[in-house]
Amino acid sequence: KKENMTSNSNVSNMRRLVEQLKLEASLERIKVSQAAAELQQYCHQNAAKDALLVGVPAGSNPFREPRSCNLF
Amino acid sequence: MRFSINPEMATQEVQPNETLTNLKAESDTLKTKLEDERAKLHDVELHQVAEKVDGLGQFIMKTRRTLKGHGNKVLCMDWCKDKRRIVSSSQDGKVIVWDAFTTNKEHAVTMPCTWVMACAYAPSGCAVACGGLDNKCSVYPLSLDKNENLAAKKKSVAMHTNYLSACSFTNSDMQILTSSGDGTCALWDVESGQLLQSFHGHAADVLCLDLAPSETGNTFVSGGCDKKANVWDMRSGQCIQSFETHESDINSVRYYPSGDAFASGSDDATCRLYDLRADREVAIYSKESIIFGASSVDFSLSGRLLFGGYNDYTINVWDVLKGTRVSILFGHENRVSTLRLSPDGTAFCSGSWDHTLRVRDRGYHLEPVTSATVCLILVSSSSCLSLMPVPSPFYFIRTASFITFGP
Repeated sequence: KKENMTSNSNVSNMRRLVEQLKLEASLERIKVSQAAAELQQYCHQNAAKDALLVGVPAGSNPFREPRSCNLF
Repeated sequence: MRFSINPEMATQEVQPNETLTNLKAESDTLKTKLEDERAKLHDVELHQVAEKVDGLGQFIMKTRRTLKGHGNKVLCMDWCKDKRRIVSSSQDGKVIVWDAFTTNKEHAVTMPCTWVMACAYAPSGCAVACGGLDNKCSVYPLSLDKNENLAAKKKSVAMHTNYLSACSFTNSDMQILTSSGDGTCALWDVESGQLLQSFHGHAADVLCLDLAPSETGNTFVSGGCDKKANVWDMRSGQCIQSFETHESDINSVRYYPSGDAFASGSDDATCRLYDLRADREVAIYSKESIIFGASSVDFSLSGRLLFGGYNDYTINVWDVLKGTRVSILFGHENRVSTLRLSPDGTAFCSGSWDHTLRVRDRGYHLEPVTSATVCLILVSSSSCLSLMPVPSPFYFIRTASFITFGP
């Protein structure tokens, strides 16, 4: 009887796996070329606001206080 | 995991061995079908599409603050929405709340366990959550009274059967999402401690999670020791997408700012980008010279840059579109364990096993003077020019040109 129970749980695990795979297989996908174009577009649209990418004027960054600087 | 019941299968006579064989065959067929479907749409590589995009050129980042005070390895950190406070947690059981502008410690809590692997700031800024080897996630309301013992008001929210690896508040202070060494993720109600949803599907420890940006709906991504990154529906508990291309544990996952993709960092020494709508990996960020695992990743605001903290003590900065490295940042004296962009994207903070946290931002080539900056130029006898901001009716135009060195 124990054997039966183990096989039943194996079966239910497999059923779960099959259902999961069916779900994943039914997903609507787009082409990589389209996905890539949209990622690129998002980068481009937001580049100007990205302080780490383009930098911002010294005064507007709170981590940078005015300090003395030396030119050698 | 809940699945809609297929009436046909429910009424079948159960003959275990036969059904098992059939199901195995069916799952193999489905796996092949999945691979084929994904492959059909793989018409180009991301970096090919990005060939026409301008390169990023020289890239200097500077450490602006070093937060010292932890007595042992820093394991996790998170920013407050106010863009200045940081919470960090460490191997010695301490959780510290810092004012990153002044580097002052505002609060400190000693947890009853060591290895506090997870910490998070509440959206309101009024509480922090943390946990680790105690298998729990606890919430500490932050008191304005510095003398008050924070531990007294501690609320135990999440209970797992193994260590807590990551935690995050959802859009409010009311719910927390956790991931654990017990292989599950879970959503909890903070007030009652009630389990709202659990997420089963990883075959081993779950090491990290990230919530989708709020505009894109109720999903989150998790990464685990089973080398899988899973995307989950928070309401149903269903795993909606799964990606298995890494060759080792996934230590960190982070959504691309638009919510259409996510990046991962792994012990296989690579970071990867997965697009959710193409349902596949679209980029690998790696170099032959990088052989140590990536522990933590985050994007810059526009998604163009990917910061990766590695176990070789460095932070590599990647051009997300072109797949190339634009900078390598030194400074930490041990593994980088955690890394996060500040809420407004002006800086990022990294935490390390060297006991410190560092806040870095972009170094500048030219610093234009504003009308508020008043300078007095002193020329010393050793021909050094020294510029100091000094109150004066005289204005000087200062152009400081710094020679920048590429990585």
